[in-house]
Amino acid sequence: MQGIRAYAAAVVGVGMMLTTGAAIAETPKYGGHFTYVVPAKGPPSFDAHRETTYAVIHPVRPYYSTLLRVNPQNPADPADFVCDLCVGDVPKGTNDGKTFTFKLHEGVKFHDGTPLTSADVKATFDRIIFPPKGVSSARKSFYKMVESVDTPDASTVVFQLKYASTSFIPALAAPYNFVYSKAKLDVDQRWYEKNILGSGPFVFKEYQPGAFMTGEKNPDYYLKGLPYLDKITAIFANKESIQVQALRGNRASAQFRGFPPKTRDDLVRALGDKATVQETDWNCVLLATPNHTRKPFDDVRVRRALTLAVDRWGGSQYLSKIAIVKTVGGIVYPNHSLAATKEELQQMDGYGADLEASRAKARALLEEAGMDLSKTYIFNNRGVDQPYKIVGVWLIDQWRQIGLKFEQKVQPTGPFYATLRESGDFDVSIDFNCQSIVNPPIDTSKYLSSDVNPANYSRVVDRKLDGLYEDMLLEADPAKQRVKMRAYEKYVLHDQVTQMITLWWRRTTVHRSHFKGWKVSPSHYLGQALDTVWLDPDADK
Amino acid sequence: MNTATTTADAPKQRTFMQKVRRMARRQPLGAGSAVFILIMLFVALFAEVVAPQDPLDMNFADQLIGPNLTYLLGTDELGRDIFSRIIYGSRTALQIGFISAFVGATLGLVLGVTSAYLGGWFDLIFQRIMDVFMAFPLIIMALAIVSVFGSGTWNVIIAITIPFIPKCARVVRSSALALRDIPYVDAARASGFSHTRIVLVHMVPNVMAPYLIMVTSFVGQAILLEASLSYLGLGVQEPTAAWGLMLRGGAEQFFESAPWVAIFPGLAITLAVFAFNLFGDALRDALDPKLRSM
Repeated sequence: MQGIRAYAAAVVGVGMMLTTGAAIAETPKYGGHFTYVVPAKGPPSFDAHRETTYAVIHPVRPYYSTLLRVNPQNPADPADFVCDLCVGDVPKGTNDGKTFTFKLHEGVKFHDGTPLTSADVKATFDRIIFPPKGVSSARKSFYKMVESVDTPDASTVVFQLKYASTSFIPALAAPYNFVYSKAKLDVDQRWYEKNILGSGPFVFKEYQPGAFMTGEKNPDYYLKGLPYLDKITAIFANKESIQVQALRGNRASAQFRGFPPKTRDDLVRALGDKATVQETDWNCVLLATPNHTRKPFDDVRVRRALTLAVDRWGGSQYLSKIAIVKTVGGIVYPNHSLAATKEELQQMDGYGADLEASRAKARALLEEAGMDLSKTYIFNNRGVDQPYKIVGVWLIDQWRQIGLKFEQKVQPTGPFYATLRESGDFDVSIDFNCQSIVNPPIDTSKYLSSDVNPANYSRVVDRKLDGLYEDMLLEADPAKQRVKMRAYEKYVLHDQVTQMITLWWRRTTVHRSHFKGWKVSPSHYLGQALDTVWLDPDADK
Repeated sequence: MNTATTTADAPKQRTFMQKVRRMARRQPLGAGSAVFILIMLFVALFAEVVAPQDPLDMNFADQLIGPNLTYLLGTDELGRDIFSRIIYGSRTALQIGFISAFVGATLGLVLGVTSAYLGGWFDLIFQRIMDVFMAFPLIIMALAIVSVFGSGTWNVIIAITIPFIPKCARVVRSSALALRDIPYVDAARASGFSHTRIVLVHMVPNVMAPYLIMVTSFVGQAILLEASLSYLGLGVQEPTAAWGLMLRGGAEQFFESAPWVAIFPGLAITLAVFAFNLFGDALRDALDPKLRSM
């Protein structure tokens, strides 16, 4: 009975949080050691400029500053940015939106005591936007509009753009843009791959590969009064059962990536009001990527058949019970004004309301294309249960319904990427498009030709596709941009089926109720500086 | 008369059924496990007939349903019938188990007898190589091999077969060493027979008892190894029905709310391994009681 009451209390609490969007304001408390689980084996390297995974952001972000960031008090708003290293409000563009001037906080120091100046910010963004030879910059393409980064004095940074772009400020606020020390970069551009030296709210102390990373409060942090916590420890645990046990046993207070709904329910049932749940749509989507250089997937009829076979509306209903996926959408984050409506989606192959008609059409297309149905094709997948393997098994079953046989080749993350990027030994592969700041004109660059954006692993080369994107990107009028986005989307998902969208993710976080001040955002890359979060030991009483 | 007396004094020849009954009386556990293995073989061979549903069919309206008349052992998180998946999983388990055990033990048999027969430097070096292989626990060795070759049914078979070779070679060699100096081997050598003929025709048939016992025990071990590798995500891959695979993912995630997802595949693995081990023990006792201490 007590358990039922606790569960009911937690559900009511969760409901309130979901409906009001915020808990009642409380006075933060100082002190405490915050332990959280990172659902990974560890970061591939410490250099966020080149990496694209939360396995870097979650443990390492608290040691660094960025120029801008998403407002930690309102991370759900994709347009609410605040200064981090800069002072005052986020600057407005001058010179017809082509010049942005940032004033930096005075007296900021790296954790080794050396001062942080505009030269360090310039060195950082030069490395991201104009990476020197041998340096990998994962988001270089986000900054195509940037002409130069200048430093008129030690506390001023000026970005000169080639053309005005609404995408510039969101791109600048990406959580991967750790500000590095120019002195360290001058000696070795790859120094930050294996070392941590920032100016963030916490000072790095220790890293045990595969086990944990720990840091302590930065007493010289430039945002006065922050951080609240004395110490942080990130525990690396790849298996979900271990993450759940860590939360249940109070060995960890949070896991920031998210849990499937069933796990959420189990945790809430076990912890009652000691668990807090926050949910939102997620700027993350799984794709099915056909290999355009492999027969018969170079044939648009075969690719159309593949997308027509997938029951996205049904999958949303059923898979959302067991996996971290839910929303049916096109190439744009579903909650954004640039996203397709349900009616617009239903005009495209694979999104229709009549599944049987779609599958009949798919079978006819396969027959027309002369598809060899006796053959078993290779479906490349990543060895991560949530949601990759679940969605992978579901896709194979969907394609089985039209007579196609796929064998799943599941690989750990490293070999999985090597297959996508180098060997290309797959017929169809799972892939994902997970972005931090919700910025659809930039986020959808994923679908550009592979020679323009190497992160498109389909190996498609199509100049019409690139032209449609460019047209949309440069459009300044939001209404017209929306129309152009539809044209680009239709070309990707319907006309050529260069790639297929499966389902957008749903982020469900569960943390101990004594962990306060953190708000869920549409990206698991955001809100991880941990300077505004705190612990309330009274919540456990 | 004389002939009649001789016939009456000769030991009575038992029929096959009499032998079976005798073994069942003397080795009831072994006989029971043999029956279980035969049932498993039947189920694996005729899975299409025995299984009530297609093991790949996803019935999303019936996700994580407990055991009932429609789904005898319940359904998993994708609405697939666990009973049917266990039946098809026995095919995967026995296929991998028998192929790995047979190939591993046979290669071990040939190499072990050859090593004993040739002796000298060959035997010394060969046994040191076997020592290196045997220094690794079975699962570690199999893991290393899978990480080199990759996952998938045939790679799992290779990964399980290789560690079996030295185990069998070592046991068979010890039996073959005793044969090497027996006069009929000397006689064969003196008759000018080739080494291959002496090893394969004259020595191998005389070490069949330990070989058969090893094969039987290897099947159980192979089933367990396959399940372990699949559980670790390195064995066969979804949507193939395999017992170890059924224990990971959903089984871990829903253990509290849907324990049948983990319990029944676990039970299948336990019973299968138990049956092969008991049958191996019974076979050992029947064929060569001296091997009981090995």
